[in-house]
Amino acid sequence: MVTDMRTQLARTATDLVERDPNVAVVLAEISVDRFGRAIEVAPDRVINVGIMEQTLIGVAAGFAMEGFHAIAHTMAPFLVERPFEQVKLDFGYQGLGGTLASVGAPYDYGTEGGTHHSPGDVGVVLTVPNTDVLVPGCAAELDRLLRATYADGRLTYLRAGVAQSDVAFDVARGRLEVVRRGARATVLAVGPLLSRTLAACEGLDVSVLYTASVAPFDAAGLAAAVGEDPLVIAVEPFYEGTVLPALAGALRHVPARFASVGVPRRFITSYGTAEEHDRELGMDVAGIRRRLVGALELG
Amino acid sequence: MAARTDLDHVRELMALATGDEKHDESSTSTLDALWVLYDRVLQIDPAAPRDETRDRFILSKGHGPSAYYAVLAAKGFFPEDVLAGFLEWGNPLGSHPDRNQVPGVEASTGSLGHGLALAVGSALALRAKGSTDERVVVLCGDAELNEGSNWESILLAPHLNLTNLTLLVIDNHSSSIPMGPWQPRLGSFGWGVVVVDGHDQEQLYDALSLRSPERPNAVIADIPEGEW
Repeated sequence: MVTDMRTQLARTATDLVERDPNVAVVLAEISVDRFGRAIEVAPDRVINVGIMEQTLIGVAAGFAMEGFHAIAHTMAPFLVERPFEQVKLDFGYQGLGGTLASVGAPYDYGTEGGTHHSPGDVGVVLTVPNTDVLVPGCAAELDRLLRATYADGRLTYLRAGVAQSDVAFDVARGRLEVVRRGARATVLAVGPLLSRTLAACEGLDVSVLYTASVAPFDAAGLAAAVGEDPLVIAVEPFYEGTVLPALAGALRHVPARFASVGVPRRFITSYGTAEEHDRELGMDVAGIRRRLVGALELG
Repeated sequence: MAARTDLDHVRELMALATGDEKHDESSTSTLDALWVLYDRVLQIDPAAPRDETRDRFILSKGHGPSAYYAVLAAKGFFPEDVLAGFLEWGNPLGSHPDRNQVPGVEASTGSLGHGLALAVGSALALRAKGSTDERVVVLCGDAELNEGSNWESILLAPHLNLTNLTLLVIDNHSSSIPMGPWQPRLGSFGWGVVVVDGHDQEQLYDALSLRSPERPNAVIADIPEGEW
């Protein structure tokens, strides 16, 4: 049975709590049931603050001020949008490291409605200078990324989702993988959208790249992977266009063209499963293919 | 003629840090409490301001820091002549303190409603380290306590039995919404509450030296309107 990323996040964080006395986990009610073991072994370092998200971030930053590797966790809209100023100032401006680990973006809990969706989370976090954004494609990648970065002294937004890719790469901060080569365009799949992107690209003469590291972005890797007059299409599990500034920066030395297949920038008012939202928003395999083909035809 | 005191010297230092006059009252309201803290209560070595065994102080409201800077300078955290460059380009002393630029400053504050949660995290971290002697004191203004984020932490701190945490409220009656009466409001959340004359250094000393074995403490330093 495939482990979901939310469960993996709790498992890995619990293991880190047990191994490293400098790890602190701060929760805001969400996922507390999955952290029972961690709370049991380290009740002074695994704290559930209740439903108070500004304090969630402030308390985590307080732990960081004391030298702890803090991991703050709740659902994406309540982790980075509601307490954004705490993220920006308590961590970002103060220059503190820590991990903000979310679940639920962009619309994983699809029946909850727009109040619980967060396709804008990554775009918001990217406005905080010197912040890393990691979007693992599956539980194994999440485990790898969290272990590699939790103590690196940087502020990291780690985004766990329900959807997963079928394959796990040896992902790392700032790394991009070339999955397959083609001539007409370069398609960059981000995080959990790799499997869908590969399926959508069946029969298309395109390169497919993959990354779980939105920031830092592997600019050199992209520059090396494209031709002299590239068309680069990002397939991104957040608002469309979010990664395009990073792509444009990476290819500023060539006359490149860009397109995005991402979550349309509108409020989602329907209720249903994540798969139903994918279909509605053009983020399932058929929708991604339709949008890719459209971008290829435009050139 | 009365003998010149150390606090007179701090007032002279404050006079060097000009340019933030809109926050004069915010600054002078804190002076006696800050002086008592740094002169007699807090254990912090100015030569090692990040030493693990120090007490922690967070000026949550951030506003009107010239009294804070003057006390830090008088205690030797940084040279007194730095005060003359307050708010000037290239000088580390801005309108709101920056932990990465000013020795002795524990947290970068100024946006209201952040410091108390940071203090709760710091107090939790000290407990997790097994540090029982060190304490965390966080200063908030009465108007700052309009911010809802503070009330999250006011609810949380007693629940977590943070006996190493002291909330010092400078109540200079600047809030458009009167924040008192303090005893029933904070007491109902589980805080120990002492209200003192904000200019009476002995009352401030007694209250700020207190550390309850059962609950976090709130010290309300009352500064009547016009007596900033």
